Amino acid sequence: MSLLEVRGLDAHYGAIHALQRVDLTVEKGEIVTLIGSNGAGKSSTLRVLSGLLRPTAGTVTFDGRSLIGLAPHAIVRLGIAHAPEGRGIFGTLTVKENLELGAYSRSDRAGIRADISRMMVRFPILGERAGQSAGTLSGGEQQMLAVGRALMARPKLLLLDEPSLGLAPQIVQTIFAIIREINQEGVTILLVEQNAHMALRVAHRGYVLETGEIKMTDDARVLAASDEVRKAYLGIG
Amino acid sequence: MSSFLQFLLKGIAVGSLYALLALGYTMVYGILQFINFAHSDVFMLGAFFSWRLSVLFKINEPSPVAATGVLLGAMALCSLTGFLLERFAYRPLRRAPRLNVLITAIGVSLFIENAGQLVFGKNVVQFPPLLAEHTFEVGGVRVRSVEVIAVVTAFALMVGLHTLVYRTRMGKAMRAVSIDHNIAGLMGIPVDRIISLTFVIGSALAAAAGLLVGITYGQIKQPADSSWVLYGLKAFVAAVIGGIGNVPGAMLGGLLLGLSEQFVAGYLPSELRDAIAFLLLIIILLVRPNGLLGRRVVEKV
Ligand SMILES: Nc1ncnc2c1ncn2[C@@H]1O[C@H](COP(=O)(O)OP(=O)(O)OP(=O)(O)O)[C@@H](O)[C@H]1O
Ligand SMILES: [Mg+2]
Repeated sequence: MSLLEVRGLDAHYGAIHALQRVDLTVEKGEIVTLIGSNGAGKSSTLRVLSGLLRPTAGTVTFDGRSLIGLAPHAIVRLGIAHAPEGRGIFGTLTVKENLELGAYSRSDRAGIRADISRMMVRFPILGERAGQSAGTLSGGEQQMLAVGRALMARPKLLLLDEPSLGLAPQIVQTIFAIIREINQEGVTILLVEQNAHMALRVAHRGYVLETGEIKMTDDARVLAASDEVRKAYLGIG
Repeated sequence: MSSFLQFLLKGIAVGSLYALLALGYTMVYGILQFINFAHSDVFMLGAFFSWRLSVLFKINEPSPVAATGVLLGAMALCSLTGFLLERFAYRPLRRAPRLNVLITAIGVSLFIENAGQLVFGKNVVQFPPLLAEHTFEVGGVRVRSVEVIAVVTAFALMVGLHTLVYRTRMGKAMRAVSIDHNIAGLMGIPVDRIISLTFVIGSALAAAAGLLVGITYGQIKQPADSSWVLYGLKAFVAAVIGGIGNVPGAMLGGLLLGLSEQFVAGYLPSELRDAIAFLLLIIILLVRPNGLLGRRVVEKV
């Protein structure tokens, strides 16, 4: 049984049909990437998975349980953490408070404290800025905070929505290195990216989404080598 | 000099009641971005529940224990009212346009006032003497013990709320929800429950304000009397002056408003007293559009 199984998913925003019969699976331990251009429905897919968007049809099964109809906080408790598009940092709260909020679904105080220290080792900048308003961090630092905060929930599955968006190339490298590290520590990852090049390098498998529909799926390497992907998403050919 | 002190003390007494009430407006606004017009009615109910509880338990003579009991009882009843109000009037409209919610709030407000008249009558009610009335002199000024107790109670509740909001896990969740419901949900925060809690807490503080008004004035006007709404409106203005959505701001705004009213009424024609709230509002918003402690919209990246 796959860790995450999505079957025939449809979602609407009013009259806009954002997702059409989306099928997608993520196996335990994988990095799966979902690539596609602007407005393809990548974020909408993640929003359905974390309970922010109610699907109009289809099934979502995580760890053998249906997620349909569950509120976001209940889904976090089942082990899915979502670092959303635009990072969603609480700018007026401190860096440390943001991390603490990431662990809201947990009650093991000692474990939470230990994990906060661990985050500050993994992301030294968060340690340095612990008491500072998170809104004063740079874009890259906020992204680290968003990832660190999502990890504070100790998720089985981490949903990342365009973690490289708007970041300098060097920072992008760092972020992808961190994604690989987190995965090696046992966290399954579903990565949404417009930066198909980087995403297909770090992922095991990929899906290509176009106007709400899955157009292709394959091993990341195969996708990266395919003509269609190279033309449409890698700017080659 | 002694009149200055008089105005100061009276200003603090009135201002701390505005502050208690302003907290309810500001917390709900902070979390749902809407003005809970029915808040002044919950405040009114707080006074009437206190009265009825006193009658029910036959409290005919001053007793601090009984007064505390009545306070807790009224807070519990108003909390329940606030909970039901949110659950059944506002929550179904969570995704509806603001205007619909506002109209609902006004409707609920009228409903509570009329139902209140039906249940509690249309006459001025003499408030039972829950606390012993002493007066003593400080610096040539007569001070009433009940006013001191009212101020102390109000401050204790405000300190309690401040601690809850800024020092507890639950308070952190409330602040997160007030910044962004969706992101708060992604943190594992049960957003609906936090919203309920906000109404419950705001209503409990309004209940306390209702009881304290009853104790201080010795009588309460009928449920649909415009003075309740005026009181609420001023408390709302106090919340805006302090920076709507900001908890310390509501306390500061309330005190500032109470003090300015007393000094204006003291030194200038007293008809100006009710106008001062709105004058103060205009002046402060001209200088600081987000209120005294309101933040400018922080960098949205
Ligand atoms: N809140 C919303 N209200 C209405 N339409 C929306 C909303 N959010 C997204 N859409 C529409 O749904 C479709 C899918 O959007 P979605 O945000 O999922 O795309 P995306 O692949 O994440 O795009 P991007 O790369 O720009 O983030 C688009 O047509 C978009 O305009
Ligand atoms: Mg998107």
